[in-house]
Amino acid sequence: MKANCWIKPNTVRVEDVPDPVILNSRDAIVKITSAAICGSDLHLLDGYIPTMQQGDVLGHEFMGEVIEVGHGIDPGTLRAGDRVVVPFPIACGACEACRAELYSLCENANPNAGIAEKVFGHPIAGIYGYSHLMGGYAGGQAQYARVPFADVGPLKVDSDLTDEQLLFLSDTLPTGYMGAEMCEITPTDVVAVWGAGPVGQFAMDSARMLGAKKIIAIDKVPHRLEMAGRAGYMSLDFTRVDVQSALSDITGGRGPDKCIDAVGMEADHGAPHIQLYDRTKQAVHADTEHPHALRQAIMSCRSGGIVSVIGSYGGLMDKFPTGAWMNKGLTLRAGQCHVQRYMKPLLNRVKKGEIDPTRIITHTMPLDEAPRGYDLFKHKKDNCEKVVLKP
Amino acid sequence: MTEDKVMRMLGWFSAGLGVSQVSMPGGFARATGVGDGPRQRAATVFVGMRELAAAAGLLLQGNPVWLWGRVAGDFMDLSMMSRALKNHDREGTIRTMATTAALVGITGLDLYAAISRTGRKSMIDLSATTTIARPRQEVYDQWRHLDRLPAFMRHVDSVSMTGQRTSHWRASAPFGRTVEWDAEITEDVPGERIMWRSIDGGLVRNEGEVRFVPAPTEKYTEVHVRMRYSLPAGKVGESVARYFGEDPHQALGDDLRRFKQVAETGEVVRSEGAPGGKSARREFPQHPARPLSRQELAEVRA
Repeated sequence: MKANCWIKPNTVRVEDVPDPVILNSRDAIVKITSAAICGSDLHLLDGYIPTMQQGDVLGHEFMGEVIEVGHGIDPGTLRAGDRVVVPFPIACGACEACRAELYSLCENANPNAGIAEKVFGHPIAGIYGYSHLMGGYAGGQAQYARVPFADVGPLKVDSDLTDEQLLFLSDTLPTGYMGAEMCEITPTDVVAVWGAGPVGQFAMDSARMLGAKKIIAIDKVPHRLEMAGRAGYMSLDFTRVDVQSALSDITGGRGPDKCIDAVGMEADHGAPHIQLYDRTKQAVHADTEHPHALRQAIMSCRSGGIVSVIGSYGGLMDKFPTGAWMNKGLTLRAGQCHVQRYMKPLLNRVKKGEIDPTRIITHTMPLDEAPRGYDLFKHKKDNCEKVVLKP
Repeated sequence: MTEDKVMRMLGWFSAGLGVSQVSMPGGFARATGVGDGPRQRAATVFVGMRELAAAAGLLLQGNPVWLWGRVAGDFMDLSMMSRALKNHDREGTIRTMATTAALVGITGLDLYAAISRTGRKSMIDLSATTTIARPRQEVYDQWRHLDRLPAFMRHVDSVSMTGQRTSHWRASAPFGRTVEWDAEITEDVPGERIMWRSIDGGLVRNEGEVRFVPAPTEKYTEVHVRMRYSLPAGKVGESVARYFGEDPHQALGDDLRRFKQVAETGEVVRSEGAPGGKSARREFPQHPARPLSRQELAEVRA
C-alpha cells in the first residue's frame, strides 16, 4: 500500500510499504477513506519530537471502513463493513485510567511505556504515527491502518454525514472542545485563545457552544485571524499589538477570565532575536519548548482564572512564570485529549448542526500529494488551514 | 561507603595520591625523580584525575569494576615509568627506580583485589510494583500458572511444572547463553502471596516473593515483587550487562508492566515498532512504525 512516511527532519515521502496485518486479537484493519494532517505533525516534520525513525508511517487523524477484525472482537461490537472514525489515543479500555475515561493516559497501550516513563515519570497511551516514545504505531496517512483495541476506540457512524463532517472527531474537534471544557465556562466569561489553527478554531467554537460571552483569537497569520473573524470572534495580531495590554483594554483591566493555549512547543515570539535565542537553547538541549504563548497566557489571565493547555509540549522549559501563576491563584489544566470520551456527544452536536467542522478545511488532495500538503501547512502558503488527504 | 576493607583502603590510597598529584604536580614529579618539565607535570595531573575518579568509584560505589580500572591504570603508569627510566637524565634515577618498584607492588595488590572480588557472587536485590484493575484472587491465579509466565517475562523461555510446588525454568542470560534451574514454592497463600526459591543453585541462585495487596480502589490489586538473585561474576557482570542494555532492575519493571497488560487486556501489546511484544526494549532502534513484511512477520512469530 501507499503511506506517507517520515524520512528525516523536514522530509516526508509517500512510499510503498507492506499492508498492515493483525498483530493482537482485538485489532481491526481499516481501509482509510480520509486522513488529515495535524498541527502536531509539524512538530514531527520539524524534528522536535525524539525517537522518530526513518520510514515511520505518519498520521493520527483518520477514518474509513473496517475490512477485518481480530478473533478477540465481539462481532456485535464491530465487524467488517462498519464505517468508523478512529480516535488518536490508543487505549485498552480495561486499565484504571481508561475506566476513569482518561483514555490518553492508558496504562497498557504503549509497548514502549518504559521509555515514556523515563521522560514523563509515568507512561502515557500510544498514538498512531507519533514517534516510538508514543508506542511505535504505524499511522493513518496511508491506504490502510491497523487499529488496536478496536472494540474500545473507533466510533461507528452509520449516518449520511460526509467524511469531512466526521473526520475531525478523531482529534482536532474533541481536543479543541476539551480545551474549552477545562475552562469551566460561565455566561460572563471572556475567553482568549492563543493559536487560531484548526484546534484553536474548534476551541473557540466550543467556548461559544458552552456559553462564553466574548471570545478572542490571538495569532499572526492573517488568514487564520480572518477565519476566526468570519466565525464571529475578535482577533489580535501579536506582531502588531502588545497582547497583554490589548487584552487588558478589551476586558476593562481584568484580563480574560479563561485562557486557552492551542499553540504548544513551537510558539513564535514575533521578535527574530528571541526566536534565535530559543532555537539555540533547543539546539543545545537546554530546553525543548518555546513557551511564549503559555507565558503570555499566564501573565494575561485574570487573577483566579483558568489557563487550559491543549497545545502540545514534550519536555522541559525554563523561565516559567511561577510567580504569576501562584500569586494570581491561577488554575492550570492540561492534557492530551481523551478523545473516546467526547466522540459521541460531539457527533450529536455535529448532527444537530451546533458546530460545523468543515469550516476549517482549505485543502483536499490525494494521499500522493501529502508532502505538498505538509509544505503548504507548515509555511501557511495558499491560506492553508487544514489539509485533508484522500488515499 | 563500601564495606569491603581492601577496596576502602585502595580507595583512600587513590584519593591521597590523586590530591597530591593534582594540587602539586611539579613537586610530585620531582619526588619520583622524573623531572618537572611541562610534559611530566601534565602527565602527573592526568594520572591524578584518574586516581580521583577511581577513589570516588571505589569508596562510593564499591564496585569491583573500579579495581579493574586501577589495574589498567597501574599498567599505564608502569609503561610511563619504564619509558622514563630509558630516557632518564641520570638525575634522581634511584628515586625513579624506587617509584617503579612501589608501583609493581601496588599493581600486585590491585590485581589480587580485582580478581578475588570479581569471582565473588553478589546477590542482587530487585523490586517492582504495579496496580492492576482486577480482583486479588484473579491476579494471583494469573501468576500461579507459572507456565504462563514466559508470555510476559522477557528472559524466561519456558517454565514447566514438575510437581505441586516445584518447577523447572529455562531462561536466556546475557550474551546469548541459556541457564536452567529448578525452583520450589516455599509459601503459597492463595490470593495473597507466593514465595519461591531455586533448588540446587546452579549458576542462577534466586529467591523471591510476590504479594497481592488490595489497592485503595475496591477490587483492584497492588502487585509487589521482590527478588534476590546472584549473577555470575557478581557486580562486574551486572555492570557489563547494564552497559549492553540488560539492566536487571529495568527488566523486572518491564516484565511487570507486561504482566499488567496480560492481566487487564489478555495479551502482550504489540506495535509495528515493537512487534516482538516482550522484547520491545531490546529492539531499539526499533522496526520502523510501518507494517511488517511477510518475512519480518514470520521472524516475529517464530
